[in-house]
Amino acid sequence: MKRWIVAVLFIFLATPSLAVEPDEMLSDPVLEARARALSKEVRCVVCQNQDIDSSNAGVARDLRILVRERLVAGDTDQEVLDYLVVRYGDFVLFKPPLKPSTYLLWFGPGIVLLLAIFAGGRALARARNTANAVTLSPQDEADVNAYLASKEGDQ
Amino acid sequence: MRQLFALLPIVLALVLGGVFFWGLNPERNPNEIPSVLISKAAPEFRLSPVDGTGVPGLSTEDLETAGEITIVNVFASWCVPCRAEHAVLTRIEREQGVPLYGINYKDKPEDAARWLEDLGNPYTRIGSDLDGRAGIEWGISGVPETFIVSADGTVLHRTVGPIVGDTAVTNFNRALQAARDLESAS
Repeated sequence: MKRWIVAVLFIFLATPSLAVEPDEMLSDPVLEARARALSKEVRCVVCQNQDIDSSNAGVARDLRILVRERLVAGDTDQEVLDYLVVRYGDFVLFKPPLKPSTYLLWFGPGIVLLLAIFAGGRALARARNTANAVTLSPQDEADVNAYLASKEGDQ
Repeated sequence: MRQLFALLPIVLALVLGGVFFWGLNPERNPNEIPSVLISKAAPEFRLSPVDGTGVPGLSTEDLETAGEITIVNVFASWCVPCRAEHAVLTRIEREQGVPLYGINYKDKPEDAARWLEDLGNPYTRIGSDLDGRAGIEWGISGVPETFIVSADGTVLHRTVGPIVGDTAVTNFNRALQAARDLESAS
């Protein structure tokens, strides 16, 4: 039992290994928190689907230090990101900015959804029309009612 | 409306076919990051010379006042592909007479000097980028990287990775020729 408790404790108390090394961290916890948050939005240009916060690549480390330097120098979060975009392009941002060349990226799914709703609505409307087209004529209706009435009379 | 719907499969096939044609092209490298520097002025940087090489350092002004097309190569003695690329760059510099400038990326000066002594030094200028800051200004993701810069200091081309092998060398020479054509046209 004791062994189990220890094992469970080990599993839940294990911390993820971090790429950010102690010598990079800022002593000001507020700035450090901002740096960590910003680093998660910046793509590592070497290991391209990782953010620089979790990457061990040399350039990622340089960029982490750079982000912290800019913050210490008094840059806003946006200014730091702009600084990186000037050098590495929108590619370094995980969240692409909203601008004419990315309208299709941002609004494309919505447009496709609207088209799907439109097409689906039309298909449903057509199905309903077809259903209406096979309703009984007044004569048939009367016959069916008469038959049902006779059946009820039997019981 | 119904006729339009009949065309839908053909349109879909054409669109998907186009996407596949583009996406499955063996020449396309999805890892290639588009450089923001192309057609822009070379970034601001100023690097001191590498001790022991005997050539001057490199800064933005050197590129702007070169008066001809230049090649800027980011290299390091610890970078193995750079060793292979070195021969190619030496040949291009010798045969085509294009000034070759180097950015020595995160390298110990004594290592770089020894490396160039062993292999020969094709560089007219070498800047020592000890902390990698100039590399960040150039937006590099690693070494080697090579840029072609126009006579007035505008970046015209970027090659990521070593210029080694027929395809890479052909592509680079083509870019160099395009840069020359552009230069003679203006």
